[in-house]
Amino acid sequence: MIKDPQAQIVGKESWRNYYLLSLESHAIASQARSGQFIMVRIIPYPHPLLRRPLSIHSKDEKNIEIFFQTTGLGTNLLSQKKIGEFLDILGPLGKGFHVGASLRGKDVVAVGGGRGIAPLYFLSQELRSYGASVKIFYGGKSLEDLPLKDKFIKDGFDLLCSTDDGSFGFKGFVSDFFKAELKKFFPSYVFACGPEPMMEKIARISRAKNIPAEFSLESVMGCGFGACWGCVKRIKKNNEEGWVKICEEGPVFSGEEIIWTEEEK
Amino acid sequence: MIDLSVDLGFIKLKNPVIAASGTFGYGLEFSPFIDLNKLGGLVVKGLYFSPREGNPPPRLVETSSGLINAIGLPGIGVERFSEEILPELRKYRTAIIVNVCGESDEEYVSVVERLDKEKGISAYELNISCPNVKKDGLCPGLNPEATFSVVSMVKKSSSRPIITKLSPNVTDIVEIALSAQEAGTDAISLVNTFLAMAVDTETRKPLLANTFGGLSGPAIKPIALRMVYQVASKVKIPVIGMGGISSGKDALEFLITGAKAVEVGMANFIDPETTVRIIEELKAYCQKNKIDKIETIIGTLKA
Repeated sequence: MIKDPQAQIVGKESWRNYYLLSLESHAIASQARSGQFIMVRIIPYPHPLLRRPLSIHSKDEKNIEIFFQTTGLGTNLLSQKKIGEFLDILGPLGKGFHVGASLRGKDVVAVGGGRGIAPLYFLSQELRSYGASVKIFYGGKSLEDLPLKDKFIKDGFDLLCSTDDGSFGFKGFVSDFFKAELKKFFPSYVFACGPEPMMEKIARISRAKNIPAEFSLESVMGCGFGACWGCVKRIKKNNEEGWVKICEEGPVFSGEEIIWTEEEK
Repeated sequence: MIDLSVDLGFIKLKNPVIAASGTFGYGLEFSPFIDLNKLGGLVVKGLYFSPREGNPPPRLVETSSGLINAIGLPGIGVERFSEEILPELRKYRTAIIVNVCGESDEEYVSVVERLDKEKGISAYELNISCPNVKKDGLCPGLNPEATFSVVSMVKKSSSRPIITKLSPNVTDIVEIALSAQEAGTDAISLVNTFLAMAVDTETRKPLLANTFGGLSGPAIKPIALRMVYQVASKVKIPVIGMGGISSGKDALEFLITGAKAVEVGMANFIDPETTVRIIEELKAYCQKNKIDKIETIIGTLKA
């Protein structure tokens, strides 16, 4: 966990309202694991004030990538940054996905909904390096919401796409697609990231089939490193239930731990 | 050699920069980013006697140059703090101040009595002003009698100096400050956050689960400064100023208007190095203006 005030933007791609920035930051790249995130300072002035939490999309020896969708002022300003500019970032933050040698030779699924695909590229690479066989479900509203489709295919990943409007791949929600495909194969582990209703469905489907699953949660964050207690999720662990900091204890939690918003009500 | 130290009477700080309660965790969260030994002091997150859960999310909403929070004072309680955190914090050469909370006057006293058994605490900061705990935002800091009652009770039972942290959500902040002074507080810190809210215009619902929260950040600085000036002009005890400080220049404004030290709050979220940078900026200001002792600028506002 370090502050890199001078992470240079060395690459940029964009698709409609989706952006991918490549940032040179040796220190953060060398420490990062899949499922961790960075806090990005948007502007050195007081508005927008807070840093924005963004998943680490991929890394190599010296660079990390972030993939995001413009959803408000912060991400819009970030999308306007150009190659050669510098960003002030903190990272790598949080605990990542639980990837390890125990998954060698196993069939593993990663399900991404919309911008929730962001951490799953890094995850898929790590899973592959551990010898797991990965199947990636990538869902969006429409074909235009699957901008990273070709990147996964080019890297030889087994990618299954769905769109809500049927413009590409399976027609319907990615959770329904995942459920339908489970009739054909039985993964030993599921990872997911996306809108909460989608993740909740994946959690329910996985639980019904007794497949362990973990989820990367999204939240507004004040600091990103456990000081403000602003980002919390209802978590049940070791028979204790409470509000747990997403930034510090997460952002990845197991399906057994998470009490979804709908269940809280 | 520039002397940045400030003397609050009951404690001498190596510099006037203190990390503010609620924005600095239990202190240790910042050790990956800064050397805590460089700070004048740090105030740990408010402690009740027992562990607390805090409010449901959403707990934060960002507004123009500000942040509204309704965290609701979750925490590990005084026992775990004493056993797990304090032994680590004690290793640092900085003033450790514990922010003390209570749902009743008696709870404040019980927290202080428990902490009095522990070494390595410089002072207690009484949080009589958190707007997030009850939905109506009520707390003793809103009224001079309630302020007098809790401060005098804690002062009697405490072996350590008391800093009373005031709420700005009052008609006359000076009245509350004088009441705390009369009750025997050793210093006053102000301001806590301003009671605030924000609305989602699509759903027409409040953006915070708690409806109300406390506004902090650069947006509140001019109002906080005015209140610190009013209080510092009227009380005889030291005043610690805070509210939206994020630079050396901000800190200087508070010192010049009469604060003996400053607390730096939500700016720590945006840049965990803020406190250390402010200390450097104060030093640079003194160098540039040929000031040997920073204390000499305190309360030097000109007409």
